[in-house]
Amino acid sequence: MLSPVRPIFRAVVSTVVPEASNLDDQSWRELETLVEAALRDRPPALRRQFRLFLRLVQWLCVFRYGRGFASLSPDKRTRVLLYLQDHRIELIRCGFWGVRTLAFLGYYGKPETVQAIGYTADVRGWQVPR
Amino acid sequence: MRRSYDIVIIGSGAGGGTVAQELSPLCREGVRIAVLEKGPKLRDEEFTGRELEMAQALYEDGGGFLTAERTMTLALGCAYGGSTSVYTGTSLLPPQRILKRWNVPELSFEDVEQRARKFAVENNVHFLESGLINENNRLFFEGCRRLNYQVQQFPVNLKGCAGSSLCNLGCPNQAKQGTDRVQLPRAERNGVEVVTRCEVLRISEKTIFARVHAKQAAAKGEPSSWEPGEYQIDAKAIVVCAGAIHSPALLMRSGWAKKLPKLGHGFTCHPAIIMVAEHNRAITNFVGHPKSFYLDQFAESERFLLETCMYFPFTTAKALAGFGEEHSRFMRAFSRLQMILVLACDKVDAHNRVNIDRAGRPVVHYRFTPEVVSGLVQGAITSAKIFFAAGAVRVHLPIASCPTVESAETERLNQIAQQPDFKTGKLPISAAHLQGGCAMGRGPADSVTDAHGRVHGIPWLFVADASLFPDSLEINPYLTIMALADRVAETIRKDARTLL
Repeated sequence: MLSPVRPIFRAVVSTVVPEASNLDDQSWRELETLVEAALRDRPPALRRQFRLFLRLVQWLCVFRYGRGFASLSPDKRTRVLLYLQDHRIELIRCGFWGVRTLAFLGYYGKPETVQAIGYTADVRGWQVPR
Repeated sequence: MRRSYDIVIIGSGAGGGTVAQELSPLCREGVRIAVLEKGPKLRDEEFTGRELEMAQALYEDGGGFLTAERTMTLALGCAYGGSTSVYTGTSLLPPQRILKRWNVPELSFEDVEQRARKFAVENNVHFLESGLINENNRLFFEGCRRLNYQVQQFPVNLKGCAGSSLCNLGCPNQAKQGTDRVQLPRAERNGVEVVTRCEVLRISEKTIFARVHAKQAAAKGEPSSWEPGEYQIDAKAIVVCAGAIHSPALLMRSGWAKKLPKLGHGFTCHPAIIMVAEHNRAITNFVGHPKSFYLDQFAESERFLLETCMYFPFTTAKALAGFGEEHSRFMRAFSRLQMILVLACDKVDAHNRVNIDRAGRPVVHYRFTPEVVSGLVQGAITSAKIFFAAGAVRVHLPIASCPTVESAETERLNQIAQQPDFKTGKLPISAAHLQGGCAMGRGPADSVTDAHGRVHGIPWLFVADASLFPDSLEINPYLTIMALADRVAETIRKDARTLL
C-alpha cells in the first residue's frame, strides 16, 4: 500500500519526528507495517487520498525547488510542511493533518518508542514498583 | 437465514445494555429477547492495554472516525458494552438546568434523576479514595484551588481499580462497571441472547436485515454465536440503541427520513482539545485512574468544561499541535506531563447533523460555531493558568501559532486569547460525547421520538441511547442515557400486551 510513495512518506515521517531519521531498516518496516494495518481497514477513498496527498507534496517541491521532497534539506522539508499545515485551504490542512497523524501512529505505536519516551503504563497499575 | 424474537435490541452500550437488563425479567414469561451488537466480545485476557491493538479492537475505525469536513475525530466504542467498554466510568447525574432547557413534554428532571441514581447505585458509583488519586489529578486540583476555581471530584463506577490508567483502552482489570460488566451479563443470565459481530443493515416492517461477520484470524474477541452470513430477523418490537451516529443512520437507511424530517438533526458532541504541560520532575500520571476531577463553573458563562485526563503515546502525539523538535521534546518528557481535557459546550446547530452516503454509511457534518471556538480558546487559556498555578514549567497551547508557553512568559496568554490561531484541520480536535440525531419531542415537526423513545408514527419502534438528547447535556452523558433507556424499557413493559 505504501510502496509507490515510500520514499516521500519516510521523508515526511523524519521531518515530523526528527528522531525517526535514526531508524534502521527493520524499524522502518515495523513503522510501515503499523501504518499499512491502520490504512487497510479504512475506506478505499481515504487510502487514495493519502497517496495523492504525498504525491502533491512531491510535485509541490519539484515546482518550487526543482527537486523532490525526499531530496530536500531538513530545513526546507520543514518549511514545506509548515506551509501545508497553515495553508489557507482547509482541505490541504486536513490532508497534512492526516499524513502527520499516520506518521505519529507509526512512530509512537512502536513498542520501542513507547519505552524510549518513558511511558511504562502497566495493566497492574499501582502494584508495579516505581 | 431467518430468526424470530419478540423484542430485538440493536446495540449493547449504555442504552442497549440497560434496556436488555430492564426487559430481561420478561424472559421468564416466555418473551424472546435478543441484543444485536456489531462489535466483538473480548475475553478478559485480551485487554492488554496496548494502544493500537486495543483501539483497533474496541473503537469504530480504530478510533479514527472523521467528520465529513475531516476536522474532528469522533471516538465511539464498537464492542460488547458499546462505549461503556472504553469510557473512564465518570458518572454524573443529569443537570436540572439542561433537562428544563430540553423542555420535552412528559420528561421531568425528577424522573430522570431518580432513575440515574438507581443506576449509580447498581454500577457502584462512588468517589475514588484519596490515596488512589495520582499527581496528574492532584496537580489539577491544587492549581484550581490556588486560582479559587470550584473544582469537583468525579464520581466513578469502579470496583477493584488497580490504577492501570488504561480505561480508554478497555479496563484490563475488569474494574469499570459499565454495561459490559453489569447490565449485559445480568440480562444474559435472565435469558436474553446477545449476538456479537452482527451488523444491522436496515429495518423494514418489524423485520431486521443484518449481517453476521466472521472473526478474522488475527482479530481479538470471540466468534459470534451465529454463523456468518445474512439474516432476516422478525421482531414484534425493535429498540434501536446504536448511538448518536448509527441510530439515525440506520433509520435513514431504513427509509424513514421523509417521514421523520428531524432525523439526524441536532447532533452535538462536546468538541474537545487535549492540553499538555510539562513539570520539572516526574509525576505519577500513567498510573492511577486518569479522570478524578472536573471544573464546570464556566459551562454557562464561557461554554467550556475542564476534566483531568491522561492519554497514551500515539493519542498524545496526535493531540499536540505542530511537529518537529518542539513536539518531540514534549513527547520525550512523557513521565513529566500533566494533561487537561477542554470540552466545549456546543449547542444544536442547523449544519451539524448525521446523514448517510450513497452506500448508506453514516456521514457526520460538523462546523465549529463562534461559541464553540470561543469555548475551546477560553478553556485552553484557563487550563494553561491551572497548569502554571500547579507548578508546570511549560505548557503546550495548541491554539497558539507558537504553541509552547514557558512559565516565565505567562503574559503571552492574554495575547493568545485575543488572537488565537484556531485553524480547523490544523488544530487537533476530537469528541467522545456524541449526542442527538433522534431527538425526543412533541411530534415529527420537531423531533424523532416521543418522551418515551417511541418513534413518531411507528408504535413498534423505539430509540434508547444518546441520540434521544434534544440538545447537548453539557456533562459526561452515560448515567442520563441509562435513565432514558430505563424509561423506554418501562414503556415497553407497560405496553407488552399490545406490542407483543
